[in-house]
Amino acid sequence: MKYTPDHEWLRVETDGTVTIGITHHAQDALGDLVFVELPEIGKHFAKEEPACVIESVKAAGDVKMPVAGTILAVNEALVDAPEKVNEDAEGEGWFIRVKPDDIADVDGLMDEAAYKALLNE
Amino acid sequence: MTETLLHTALASLHHELGARMVPFAGYSMPVQYPAGVLKELLHTREKAGLFDVSHMGQLRLWGPDAAAALETLAPVDLVDLPVGQQRYAFFTNTTGGILDDLMITNAGDHLFVVINAACKTQDIAHLRTHIGERCRIEVLAEHALLALQGPAAATVLARLVPTADFAGWSFMTARTLLLAGVECCVTRSGYTGEDGFEISIPNSHAEQLARALLAEPEVAPVGLGARDSLRLEAGLCLYGHDIDTGTSPVEAGLLWAISKSRRVGGIREGGFPGEDRILAEIVQGTSRKRTGLVGLERTPVREGTEITNLAGEVIGKVTSGGFAPSRNGVVAMAYLPAEYTADSAEVLALVRGKPVRMQVCKMPFVPQRYYRGV
Repeated sequence: MKYTPDHEWLRVETDGTVTIGITHHAQDALGDLVFVELPEIGKHFAKEEPACVIESVKAAGDVKMPVAGTILAVNEALVDAPEKVNEDAEGEGWFIRVKPDDIADVDGLMDEAAYKALLNE
Repeated sequence: MTETLLHTALASLHHELGARMVPFAGYSMPVQYPAGVLKELLHTREKAGLFDVSHMGQLRLWGPDAAAALETLAPVDLVDLPVGQQRYAFFTNTTGGILDDLMITNAGDHLFVVINAACKTQDIAHLRTHIGERCRIEVLAEHALLALQGPAAATVLARLVPTADFAGWSFMTARTLLLAGVECCVTRSGYTGEDGFEISIPNSHAEQLARALLAEPEVAPVGLGARDSLRLEAGLCLYGHDIDTGTSPVEAGLLWAISKSRRVGGIREGGFPGEDRILAEIVQGTSRKRTGLVGLERTPVREGTEITNLAGEVIGKVTSGGFAPSRNGVVAMAYLPAEYTADSAEVLALVRGKPVRMQVCKMPFVPQRYYRGV
């Protein structure tokens, strides 16, 4: 797993695609999610571009693209059950699967140790 | 430079309960506990929530002229307010806007007044300037305010004071109860739309009472996050958002709170700041009204969102809004021109540039469950 300073996680799958979600810490900070808006499949996003909208009872946020890439799949289940993100942020609560423009972009992101260090700052 | 935050008498209890504290109106306040906003809100609707609202200002106005003096600042009947009765009121300004909304209780030998935290300093100055010579203003700086809200609130409180008559105690009336070994002014009122109580208690005894209430199986601690959503669902105004110096009480849909005795033809007609505008609006109506909206989609519609008509012309702005857990949907309040406020009329909310369909809905958004007596 790789992580971003915006509290997103990325998992590189065996086929070279990347699954993206928000971290346990992020869901905890946001609180109970009540709304998720997912991007269209096939849409291309630049790095840092907001790809998903996420809203809790009290806050609104987004999931920014940690790397440039094209949306291959979205977790439709979140639309009717955004609470899945709170329940299992780094598993069932994934948001999007992406084909990165350059898989090497993923390597530059934080590993788990670096992310944990960030949380402890 | 960071401002030093004030702490309520329950600060260490909040810490112990794992509350997430946020700065609010100069105080460090619990926005939520580990259960989270959603569960805390639903728990309050189902059983009972305990809220620390000690940041609110509490005052006592003393002297035989206090009620008549306070009437010069608010369009409500206080001279004839029966002992033990509580009344919702607002301070108006000279242009008919609202300076703050407040609760006033006739406590027999004084008036007990609760004002908003963010308006405290300004309200006290306002009172001292205008009626400081006519009554004695005591600021209860060493009192906490605990709210116990929800359908089980009366059952729970009755366990602590078995001798009190809860069946004969109606919404918006007050009693003096012995709680945690100290006399407390307790009103049957709140900010959630539920039956419940607000308990004014000396700081020295507040934690003991909070612990006793939390020890009851029905009671869970509830933070300000859930409190805000509860009051939104109940269609209640939040000062500084849904009402302010630019909104008149009539526009805000608070006509019900303007006593008959202070209206045109009443026995003490007028005599409050902004009376020209307010009395005229009561007769003529207003061009815009605070209006309830429910989302026809799931997109939350928050404060500041522009509302348009179906032709896309901007007609107003959301003053409070968000997800309403009790309805499993979205609700909002906005000031809209009168022609758009018919029940079920459709309007659009512009969220991130996209129109979201909404429908006018009578408030409250959830049924009120105040206790009106047997």
